[in-house]
Formats: sequence, C-alpha cells, structure tokens
Amino acid sequence: MADARSLTDLFGILGSRRVGETTSVGDSSVTQATEVSYPTQALQKFLRCLKGADNPLVLDLGPGVGTNVTFFGEQLGCRIRVEDVASDIDTHVKEGKLERLPEFFAGRFTQAPGSVDGILCWDIFDYLDRPAAQALATALCRLLKSDGCLLGLFSTAETPGQAYTKYVVVDESTLRYRPYPGQRQRQRNLLNGDIIKLFKDLRVTDSFLMKSRLREMLFRKPAPRA
Amino acid sequence: MWKRDESVKPATPPAQTPVTTPSSPVAAGSAASDSRTQLGRDNVNIGKSVIIKGELSGSEDLTIEGHVEGRIDLKGNALTIGPNGKIKGEVFAKVVVVLGEVTGNVTASEKVDIRDNGSVDGDIVSPRVAIAEGAHFRGAVDMQRAGAKAQAKPAAPSQGQAPPQTQKVGA
Repeated sequence: MADARSLTDLFGILGSRRVGETTSVGDSSVTQATEVSYPTQALQKFLRCLKGADNPLVLDLGPGVGTNVTFFGEQLGCRIRVEDVASDIDTHVKEGKLERLPEFFAGRFTQAPGSVDGILCWDIFDYLDRPAAQALATALCRLLKSDGCLLGLFSTAETPGQAYTKYVVVDESTLRYRPYPGQRQRQRNLLNGDIIKLFKDLRVTDSFLMKSRLREMLFRKPAPRA
Repeated sequence: MWKRDESVKPATPPAQTPVTTPSSPVAAGSAASDSRTQLGRDNVNIGKSVIIKGELSGSEDLTIEGHVEGRIDLKGNALTIGPNGKIKGEVFAKVVVVLGEVTGNVTASEKVDIRDNGSVDGDIVSPRVAIAEGAHFRGAVDMQRAGAKAQAKPAAPSQGQAPPQTQKVGA
C-alpha cells in the first residue's frame, strides 16, 4: 500500500497524467463543463476483488451512467443496481430537510445485510456532513458481504461551486470526470483518519493519492472472527 | 443506393396470424383487423392506436407502437418498442430494443438496448445491456456471463429492493 502511494506521488511530481480532454456533449444538464480523463488505480483493484465472485451484486451510488453499467456487467457478469444518492441529497436540499439525511440513509437500502459484493461510492461522501456521512457509511458496511469491497473517492482540495461529478469508466485504469450541476457543494474535506473512522468496520486495503486531487480508497470487509 | 426488389416478396401474406393474444380482450379494436397492423414476412408491427390487454406471444420479430398490458413472450425473436410504444408487463425476447416505455422486468437472451428517450422501469436480465445517454432506467441490471448460464433466467421480482429512484442515465 505504501509503495503504491509513493509511486503515485512520484507520478504526480513527474508531471500531469491527464489522459485527455474532451468537451462535454450530449447531456443537456451539463453546462459547458469540461470533461477530463484521469488515471485510476483503485478501480482495477476493485474489479480484481470481484472477479472471483459468481454473479456478484454491485451497488453504484453515483448517478446512472449507461456505459458504466455495461462495463461492470461485461467485466464481472454482475447484477448492478444504481442507487443515485446524489439525487437523494438534492431532494433533501430542495425540501429543506437536510437534517433528516442520517435518518433517511439508515432506511435507504433494503437489500439484505451482507448481500452486496461491491459498492461504488465514488465521491458522494464529499457532499455529506458528518452525521449523514456516518449514517450512510454504517448502512453500507451493513450491506457488504464478508470480503466484499467498497470503492470511495475523497477530495483533498477545496472545490468551490455546486457540481457533482459523474465518473465515466473509460477502461479499468481511466476515469472520465464529467461534472454536472447539483444542489449541494462539497463539504469540508475528510482527512484520512476521518475516513477510516467512518468505515471502522472495514479494512483499508489500498489508498492512492491521485493527481486529480482525489484520494482513491479501497476497503474490504473482514470475515467475522470465529 | 440499392433498390429493393419487391418481386422477391410473396404475393400473399402468411395465412396464419403470427401474434397470438390468448384471453386478450383488445380494448381498441382487434389487432388483426386494425388497418395499421402490418403483417410482413419477418416483422409484425402493432400500430400506435392498438391497445392489447393480455399475453402476447409469437415467433416473429415484433415492433410495438401501441400499448400492451401483459406479458410479452418472443423468446427467439427481437422485440422493438417504438417511440410511441408503452408496455406494462414482463418482457421476454432474444433482443429487446426500447425507444418507448416499459414498466416491468425485461429478460433478453441476447441483448437489451435502451435508446435515447427510451424508458425502462424494472429489472433487466441480459448478457448484454446498452443504455444510451438520455435514456431513463430504474431497476437492477443482471448481466450474466455468457458461459455462466446458457439462457437468461426471468428477472426476479423487484420486491424487497430499495425504493427505486428515477434516474436519468447518461454516459
């Protein structure tokens, strides 16, 4: 883990690893935002975690991206369920009920406990305050199977403006960041220790500090002790 | 570029009605008698004024522009739900192309293709799924590996799942 992180930092020192830059097309909700592709280290490890599973169940907490559904389905032969938590947040913002988010997250997912093989959180925790983030993390930990894995992206820099990001999988080592407008801005950056406390029932297996100013973290749920 | 050679087509349409609607009261007139229901050799088109309530099964490719309430079973053939088509019920086909609306689980042995402005509200089971930018989808996708199971199994009912959230799917 430490080696990987230092290698990533080294790439950062050597220069930008920006893969490409395209202008957003097609999605009317995006207002002339610039899409940028960045390398990802954690995604391929997430895929590796699930490749041995038979017809794994994956939850995608980001907004639905059709090509992502196809990608994960083809790579993993999985069942994938898109649960757009960003739209949940927006709904609560519009209704002025943000303080009810923790309660909402506690009952948001009705999948059986320990039934989910993998969870793609993307950067959704950046948009939550502490109580809501803790409630969501607890709910996700409960859903995850033993040895299941969870991928999260956490911002390490202040990003002004109210915009979410769709993470479009280009391939297993590249993500295209596609911003789109939302009702909520990023909250205070979570420190490494804060993140580990949020997911205290999980074990951090990999952590990468990326040039995109995101920390990619992969968690696994340890098997219960006999 | 190429002009279609009409002489290849048979002069008379097939005698047997390719689409059956057992126990299906047709609310807006009989599908067979509807002038907009066109019977071709390989593809049946149900026009947008047709409403079918009941099970629909057949062994030819089918395009639906009308409304169907009930199960559609075209296991070996392609089903296209046109931009005006609305389906309420489970769908089974080899290939399902959605340009209209489907409310119900969709099972395809080959591919499900939700095109721009197409909408599916239900679970999808298919080895290949394509969801276009601008398509609406809420539910789960089960893409079993081709080698894992030869035939797609019917989608499990979505009861007990999380309350579905309407999503605008884009990529």
